[in-house]
Amino acid sequence: MTVGCATVIEEEAVDEIRRHAAEAYPHECCGALLERDDVIVEAVPLSNTTIEEATRRFLVSPDEYRYAEKRARERDARLVGFYHSHPDHPARPSQHDLDHAWPNLTYVIVSVAAGTPADITCWRLREDRTAFDRGDLTWRTES
Amino acid sequence: MANRVLIPTPLRPYTGQREAVEADGRTVGEVLRNLTTRYADLQRHLYADNGNLRSFVNIYVNDEDIRYLSREDTALRDGDVISIVPSVAGGSGAATTVESAELTNEEVQRYSRHLIMPEVGVEGQKKLKAARVLCIGAGGLGSPAALYLAAAGVGTLGIVDFDAVDASNLQRQILHGTPDVGRSKLQSARDRVTALNPNVRVETFETALTSKNALDLFRDFDVIVDGTDNFATRYLVNDACVILGKPNAYGSIFRFEGQASVFATKGGPCYRCLYPEPPPPGLVPSCAEGGVLGVLPGVIGTIQATEAIKLILGAGEPLIGRLLLYDALRMRFRELKLRRDADCPVCGDHPTVRELIDYDQFCGIAKPAEARVAAAPETESEATVEELKASLDHGEPLLLIDVREPQEWQICRIPGAKLIPLGQVPAHIEELRAESAERPIVVHCKSGVRSDRAVKLLQQAGIMNARNLKGGILAWIDRIDRSLPKY
Repeated sequence: MTVGCATVIEEEAVDEIRRHAAEAYPHECCGALLERDDVIVEAVPLSNTTIEEATRRFLVSPDEYRYAEKRARERDARLVGFYHSHPDHPARPSQHDLDHAWPNLTYVIVSVAAGTPADITCWRLREDRTAFDRGDLTWRTES
Repeated sequence: MANRVLIPTPLRPYTGQREAVEADGRTVGEVLRNLTTRYADLQRHLYADNGNLRSFVNIYVNDEDIRYLSREDTALRDGDVISIVPSVAGGSGAATTVESAELTNEEVQRYSRHLIMPEVGVEGQKKLKAARVLCIGAGGLGSPAALYLAAAGVGTLGIVDFDAVDASNLQRQILHGTPDVGRSKLQSARDRVTALNPNVRVETFETALTSKNALDLFRDFDVIVDGTDNFATRYLVNDACVILGKPNAYGSIFRFEGQASVFATKGGPCYRCLYPEPPPPGLVPSCAEGGVLGVLPGVIGTIQATEAIKLILGAGEPLIGRLLLYDALRMRFRELKLRRDADCPVCGDHPTVRELIDYDQFCGIAKPAEARVAAAPETESEATVEELKASLDHGEPLLLIDVREPQEWQICRIPGAKLIPLGQVPAHIEELRAESAERPIVVHCKSGVRSDRAVKLLQQAGIMNARNLKGGILAWIDRIDRSLPKY
């Protein structure tokens, strides 16, 4: 067991990630994760602005990043990470993910198999940038 | 001088969770160096091993991306706020697509001069192999662009054109050779590209680009190279690129001058930010009317290919927000700054054009049906080449005026014509008025566009017995005197 992150996420946010991933298929989707009181309470869909093939790349532009920060402030939450989908690929970070990763962010990856969302996993970049560590993702139903 | 630097969430653990820190420096680079000296952990997250800022690190001075300023040399004034704003990128990729873009031994050999440069390398060459670039037009600009893109190893090259090769193309359109005259441009383009690099998949689209097909054509490509020769198609290419978010490597040429830029990138300007309105029809002559130095599209089309390749590699400074002007006669390059227009109807903050429109109408070009209706009452002000020939043969009194330029006159002329270039017609109005009292006037040019304007000028001056020779000297050569050279 690696020491990654133990992340709790509202089930509604998980549903939103899956909905967005299915809608964007065969393209990758991406979005921001907002946290309040150590729980991810909201998944904010963002535009995939990549100029490469959107079936295997995503890009959250600086404008979109700032939008996510603004949204977090409005919701009295914290921007803690991002999710993206891997259409017809496993929910594991790729070399490309690693090359472009930021530290101290939670990366949630959802695999989409032939249009249907499948596994959801959670990752954090190692301090030395050499790899991602997998974390636990716990779903919580809002009480 | 101390400036405030705003730190994004993922980097705050390295600044003691501070959202903003003060750092000294006269330039952005100095401030960042002082920042990373003080907070050493920032170094590896902001800078790649080669010492360059990582591609997904964006630095803003106040609200301006330093890529549009002087990058790390951007000078700072007191009170400027520097923001570090992440872009977050990633994606699957590693598993199948990169594998399918593995380089063969033949490719490694072919691209070796790319592979040994760190800015390209094996990774960059694979990106090129996986890339799909669409060239609009296989003409002057499309020729060098397509050839260099193919040589560079762009995996899929789309080409849109519907013309056949004409002898007058060969002076500059190096995709086509003398034996290709009369063939479809797409066929000869495919042959040339494949001979140069058989690894390239060529996808040809033998069609005029229209508002109906543009989005479908563009959708599957990563970068669009605009090699069009008219305003209506140029606006169409621009709008389609903005709507789909595809970068447009733009170029245009006229006589000895050319320009190039990259439009329709996220946050960058588009062609409409530069030219909100097309010029009135007929004001700016086409290359067919005004001529073009044959090597000029070689320079501009090659710049377009360079920009397309840089966009694919993610290397260097793209020609975004800059209009490059080239003057071949004086051999000078100049650069103008361009900004996205927040009020731009296509890429602005509140776009009013959200789908493709009728670009002929936008550019003031009447459709054939409408043109016929509009022209109907004016048929009296037109003459056919057969009518002109009959009049000349019968020795009828007639003044034939050629409104082309002297250098065109040197190539070929209709016997008995008098040369008054279009620009000098207004100065000759009184003389022509006197002449017109004696005999009717027929005006001609190369194809009938400029002479039509001359006839209108005469009519406005009250000279009503002037007629335009339909089809110009080209029609004369086709139907009356085939011994004259066509140009």
